[in-house]
Amino acid sequence: MESKQIHIPDNAEYRELKLFIEANSSTPGPLIQVLHRAQKIFGYLPMEVQHFVARELGVPHSQVYGVVTFYNFFRTEPIGDHIVNICLGTACHVKGASEILKALEKELGIRVGGTTKDRFYTLSTARCFGACGLAPVMMVDDEVYGRLNPQKTIQILKDLRTAQTVK
Amino acid sequence: MSIYRTHILVPIDEGTVQAGVFEVKRTLEREIRERGLEGEVRVLETGTVGIVGKGVLLAVYPDRIYYSGMRPSDVALLVEEHLLKGRVPSSLKHAPLDLQDGAKVLHRTGLTLPQKRVVLDKAWKVAPDDMREVLASGGYAGLERIVADRMTPEAVIDEVKKSGLRGRGGAGFPTGLKWELTRNSPGGRKYIICNADEGEPGTFKDRLILEGDPHRIVEAMTIAGYAMGATKGYVYIRGEYALSIERMQKAIDQAREYGLLGPDVLEHGFAFDLEIKKGAGAYICGDETALLESLEGKRGNPRIKPPYPVAHGLWQEPTSVNNVETLANVPGIIARGAGWFRTMGTEKSSGTKVFTILGHVEHPGLVEVEMGTPLRELVFSYGGGVSGGRKFKAALLGGASGVFLPEGLLDVRMDFESLKENKAVLGSGAVLVMDEDASIVDMLFSILKFFAHESCGRCAPCRIGTRQLLNLAWKLRRGKGRETDLDTMLRLAELMCGTALCPLGQSVIMPVRSAIEYFRGEFEACVKKTTEEARV
Repeated sequence: MESKQIHIPDNAEYRELKLFIEANSSTPGPLIQVLHRAQKIFGYLPMEVQHFVARELGVPHSQVYGVVTFYNFFRTEPIGDHIVNICLGTACHVKGASEILKALEKELGIRVGGTTKDRFYTLSTARCFGACGLAPVMMVDDEVYGRLNPQKTIQILKDLRTAQTVK
Repeated sequence: MSIYRTHILVPIDEGTVQAGVFEVKRTLEREIRERGLEGEVRVLETGTVGIVGKGVLLAVYPDRIYYSGMRPSDVALLVEEHLLKGRVPSSLKHAPLDLQDGAKVLHRTGLTLPQKRVVLDKAWKVAPDDMREVLASGGYAGLERIVADRMTPEAVIDEVKKSGLRGRGGAGFPTGLKWELTRNSPGGRKYIICNADEGEPGTFKDRLILEGDPHRIVEAMTIAGYAMGATKGYVYIRGEYALSIERMQKAIDQAREYGLLGPDVLEHGFAFDLEIKKGAGAYICGDETALLESLEGKRGNPRIKPPYPVAHGLWQEPTSVNNVETLANVPGIIARGAGWFRTMGTEKSSGTKVFTILGHVEHPGLVEVEMGTPLRELVFSYGGGVSGGRKFKAALLGGASGVFLPEGLLDVRMDFESLKENKAVLGSGAVLVMDEDASIVDMLFSILKFFAHESCGRCAPCRIGTRQLLNLAWKLRRGKGRETDLDTMLRLAELMCGTALCPLGQSVIMPVRSAIEYFRGEFEACVKKTTEEARV
């Protein structure tokens, strides 16, 4: 049975997560809050991390996996340095969000959910951000960009990439 | 606390942040310092004013002038002319602004829009993180009255019941009754939960309330806790609403510091505390039982009702789940009385309602008006009419689970009863305007796609029904539809309405029925195109 044990490296990330779990294990229903922290630390929630969380909290892995896959916010795949989120809510829809998405898929050469080869951008969609007055909108990481059209959107992403490479 | 001759209010929201408000604010503060005005002029961040897409806004008070489209390079002129010489530079875009009760915002010269701001009363006048300002502007007056008048919990519930306050999250359940049921349910611990998992597409009112006036929610939840005998409250906020979470956390910390939360609230022998829980993005968690599951750290699958949360809620204890906007009405009701609240709105829908007006309108944004305001007024006066001078086609009320209303129903009054008569719902207060070029078929397809994605999959009617509806709409849109498909869609949606477990599956009927009923011609045109093409 020894071989079935998943090896958890003893590093700073896991230690941070363990401390958070210990501090929160007495509060009822901590799983979602723990996963929030875990994703903040690791960027995504691979199987190893899910197993770790399950073991530390003393719940079955199936329960952790169920929660991770239920909510939009949690990811099980690694992502690029920057996440491009296109809003497909109703207000953005009437203002042409799907055109923008199509243009971006073509420009970046990836589908929704995919990551560019250089791991720079991950393309994703979201329900409403609550920034509907600026529709159509996208979020690149935590920054909101509004009143977009396909050309403007492509330009913004190009500019961001240039700004990053210069840095 | 020093006295300033002038206040400059800097509204912070998604729109102004994107337009570079912080850069403008930094420049402004530097200019003011350099001119030695720090003792006279105070710059403070507030919540939104509800004006969207006009760039960075600055409101100068008490001069009642607001500037729009401000850039850092405009700041020197503003300081030089307005603050030093006392005249408004005409080269900067500006308009008069009235921050008093029933505030008038002048979007453009000549367009007067009287609003009734109750819920958003303080959201743009007061720095939300400055406790002294909050208190000086009447914050916690409701809680004060409870202590001063020695109001019993029953008296508080009675006041809320008399006010006629109904849930603003969509269903319109009487708030006072919900509290009473929770109070009367047997159980050791009781909970009050603020539902701030705002996910209805096209809605952002709750975010603006939380960002602009978080103390109002702290106060309301404390009052609710006292009334129903709960000692613990949770604020369930969408994980995406970073600023809301930050401001709410700060408000909670400040309230603890001032003894407004904690083991002995206002030394009145009553314990109450609040905690924020971050949501993780699931539309279905807007349903209160799904939200409870999520709060318990599980998948947000809705529970079978009954038992209702008022008897078996969080951890199976009696729980009241209230929407942000509902709670935001409570402090005013307690402080100023149910009679005052009843002077606003209609007989059965008292008070105000916050609407977000979006889509193809001249001035998208958020307004707070009395219940019963006609839809036409919202679209054409507050929204400034259909953009680009095009014709009005439809308004989608209440987000994805809302209804399409055609031009003929523009005079419907926006309150629970009038809308119900027209088979519509107030929902979350989103008003999405579509012009003559917009396609209802496309829009319905997009809504059904949303439902198919957000269905949690627990019950078969919703899991399979949303998928089948999407397939049918896809066929129609692709020109592969048949005449009978329309009736199949209606029948399916009706079946879901009667059998689905939670409001998500039950409300799919709303957009489907209204779209097909009012715009049948457009759907039939899709079918006709198909048959003609087939013949060729």
